[in-house]
Amino acid sequence: MLKFILRRTLLMIPQLILLSIIIFMLAKMMPGDALTGAFQGNPDVSLEQLEKLREKAGLNDPWYQQYGRWLGNAVQGDFGKSYVHQQKVTSLLAGKVENTVILSLFTLIVTYLIALPLGIIAGRFTDSWADKAIVTYNYFAFATPLFVFALLMMWFFAFVLGWLPYGSSVDIKLESGTWDYFVSRAKHLVLPVLSGSLLATFSTIQYLRNDIIDQKLRDYVKTARAKGVPEAKVYTRHILRNSLLPIAAFLGFEITGLIGGSVFIESIFSYPGLGYLFIQSISTRDFTVVTALVMISGTAVIVGTMLSDIILSIVDPRIRIE
Amino acid sequence: MKNPVLEIKNLSTSFNIKGDYYAAVDDVSITVHENEVVAIVGESGCGKSALALSVMGLHNLKNTKLEGQVNFGGQNLLSLSRNALNKVRGKDIGMIFQDPMTALNPLATIGRQIEEPMDYHMKLSASDKKKRVLELLRRVGIKNEQRVYEQYPHELSGGMRQRVVIAIALSCDPVLLLADEPTTALDVTIQAQIMDLMKELQNQMKTGIILITHDLGVVAEMADRVVVMYAGQVVEIADVKELFANPLHPYTRSLLNSIPANMEGKEKLHVIDGIVPSLQNLDRTGCRFAPRIEWIPAEDHEERPEMHEAEPNHFVRCSCYKTFYFPEDRVGEREYVATESE
Amino acid sequence: MSLLKVNDLKVHYPIRGGFFRKVVDHVRAVDGISFELQPGETYGLVGESGCGKTTSGRAIIGLNDVTAGQMMFEGKDLAQMGRIERRKYTKDIQMIFQDPYSSLNGRKNILNTIAEPLRNFERLSAKEELVRVQELVERVGLTPESIYKYPHQFSGGQRQRIGIARALALKPKLIIADEPVSALDVSVQAQVLNFMQEIQEDFDLTYLFISHDLGIIQHMCDRIGIMYRGRFVEEGTADEIYKNAQHVYTKRLIAAIPEMNPEKRFEKMHLRQAINQEYQTEYNNYFDNDGRMYDLKKLSDTHSVAMQ
Repeated sequence: MLKFILRRTLLMIPQLILLSIIIFMLAKMMPGDALTGAFQGNPDVSLEQLEKLREKAGLNDPWYQQYGRWLGNAVQGDFGKSYVHQQKVTSLLAGKVENTVILSLFTLIVTYLIALPLGIIAGRFTDSWADKAIVTYNYFAFATPLFVFALLMMWFFAFVLGWLPYGSSVDIKLESGTWDYFVSRAKHLVLPVLSGSLLATFSTIQYLRNDIIDQKLRDYVKTARAKGVPEAKVYTRHILRNSLLPIAAFLGFEITGLIGGSVFIESIFSYPGLGYLFIQSISTRDFTVVTALVMISGTAVIVGTMLSDIILSIVDPRIRIE
Repeated sequence: MKNPVLEIKNLSTSFNIKGDYYAAVDDVSITVHENEVVAIVGESGCGKSALALSVMGLHNLKNTKLEGQVNFGGQNLLSLSRNALNKVRGKDIGMIFQDPMTALNPLATIGRQIEEPMDYHMKLSASDKKKRVLELLRRVGIKNEQRVYEQYPHELSGGMRQRVVIAIALSCDPVLLLADEPTTALDVTIQAQIMDLMKELQNQMKTGIILITHDLGVVAEMADRVVVMYAGQVVEIADVKELFANPLHPYTRSLLNSIPANMEGKEKLHVIDGIVPSLQNLDRTGCRFAPRIEWIPAEDHEERPEMHEAEPNHFVRCSCYKTFYFPEDRVGEREYVATESE
Repeated sequence: MSLLKVNDLKVHYPIRGGFFRKVVDHVRAVDGISFELQPGETYGLVGESGCGKTTSGRAIIGLNDVTAGQMMFEGKDLAQMGRIERRKYTKDIQMIFQDPYSSLNGRKNILNTIAEPLRNFERLSAKEELVRVQELVERVGLTPESIYKYPHQFSGGQRQRIGIARALALKPKLIIADEPVSALDVSVQAQVLNFMQEIQEDFDLTYLFISHDLGIIQHMCDRIGIMYRGRFVEEGTADEIYKNAQHVYTKRLIAAIPEMNPEKRFEKMHLRQAINQEYQTEYNNYFDNDGRMYDLKKLSDTHSVAMQ
């Protein structure tokens, strides 16, 4: 087991290097650079001055030198300086990472809290009214675009009813560490979390329902019934264990998916997280920030995949690794 | 005569196909006595598996209709509630399934799976349960039982898994075993081992066994009495020696003649013309085998074929058996006689 | 001259392990088997699952890579041929598969199914092709109109006959039949087996018949090779194998055939016990220190056995 994790971790290194090269090259290939974004069209800065700045920042060096410098710094946690914010990228990210992780984590938890019971009910009582209602909800969740749904939620709960705030992550007048601050944070989370998770339930419900229907017909379930196992226990002891297994394994992927998905939610609710920052940075061509963010989410995907493999090998005796 | 353990009376099992019910098991009556192995034999579509699932209450009642009686231990299993039925299944009736690769839960240890019926049917302490499981494993011929107890199904071979399935069926000392094609999915040498094991266990435990199979060889090796089914009906019932020495129904005789093992060298095998009709296309009036022996004139069949006691304790359906013969031009197909096999 | 001469055929699969996924060992699926097929005969390859019989068949037809050995077909080594040269011989060697349900493409009607090999190897006009397919379909006992139907509209036995018609389309010399009737009911088995015997005469076919069912093998085959763990344990004519088996494994296989006479069932059970006894006490006569079979030793012109 340890050997397996170690091997997978070492395998990650070339994957990450390849990823970083691709990201770096793509960023370089895009028209313009950080200085263009910051000073283009500014009448006070002449082209010669711009060129000098470029020379000074090393932007005219061959790509591999630039890459080497960037990588060397990145390994030490230094992704350079944002030209737009005039701030170190790392310190720019610091608070936002926390915000996004909180948002993603809650979205994930709420998604499972909704999806697991509904999937189980739909799968166990196929063709009942409850199943039909759940399937209808699920098609709705699948078909509704996230931004439309989120805007509707915001309009209804924040504007019409006025129950909840509609932007930012906390009331800025409050001091951090107080009870009110905590309550305000929680309130600010409700709408983004609900909007995200109500739609994200789709794949889990669909998968769980189908798998339970499939498992119900398996021979080992017949064996269990022939043993005289009560119906409720047939589900808890046999069917669900088998059906939940792949879902546990997908947990790793889900986490990374959520970080990607936060781009929309954060932009709509102007929630100061990585996704919101990402959109802003692209529109201002703040490449140091963009590359850092892509690097982070790429790493998350690779780590998530590994996490999934490890979870699966723990919960499924058939692929247990010695 | 010994006491009957199970009495199936006029059982019909019908499946809903596009709104109409069609009987897959059609008015079947079979009695199983203590310490008796009754084989139910027939080809796919004859209703033998549907019959077994009906006895165990394993059909999905949403699209299945059961009629008649299955009398066991003084009660009619068909009229029991699910809870009451669960007190019988796994305790007094054990079931052995066809495919040991799929019949076990892949995520539970072997020990756990054999123990499970005891959780519901016996009051035993954890250590007594384990002791019993280990003993069961030894009894089904597993030697390294301590190790197997901890293992998962995928770590065992097919033959070992089938032994485990048998151990599960035996876990609460049943009086009746229902074995649905217990050796079909196994390799030949493993099949022989499992057959011998079941014979041995049956000798020790004196359980009644219903053995469902398509393989007449397995029947000849294991059964005391044989029930031949065709298209949902019983067509012949006889003691095993009588059946193999003196098969009467045209279907039984045709089946015996189409087995390569009964033929020396390269003689032609008997071919039964046509196919088993599907449930919807089955003509339920007259002799159901008549379309496949067209050279027998219609007047030799009964209009409503009944079971006749042709010899003492040897029952056969329809009168066509009296005049049935294999036509000249289809031969190479000589009549099978039991004593000729080695 | 023999039609096919297999000489010391080996098919090994690597097992990878350790930190760098290096090849640590091999699965010896087929580990040095030799046999010859004479034109017109039926040669049976028997054994239990995992013995390598199917892998051998697939290696001969080119579906498995060969690790070592020769497969001389009409004097030319199939194993040494490149893809293009080998293609010429796919015409002569065809295969019938076990499962008639999955070996036919459900979305292709029978005309297209049977015509496929013709289109690959022969240039026929649409009309010639139709005539050929109809002839074949009639030969396997189906009506000419059925060529426009799809596989699901046929019964298992009929599907297997369609599979045979496809194999016959190119007039092959050798047919490798891998468990051709295992998935079928007894009475349908009989149809297909009889039919295979008929076409053998009509088309001058040689069969390599792969099966685990000793009853069927006895019925169909002239000569038989018994396989176990990738090697031959015994080879001989049907009579030699069934009446005079020498290797304990062969004896065990034959004793495992269910006894069709209920009067003798306990005799059979005791015979099996005796053979198991022999298996244990005489183990060293049949297997070397590594548990491997010995090389075949000739007992007569036709009969060989793997004993010390």
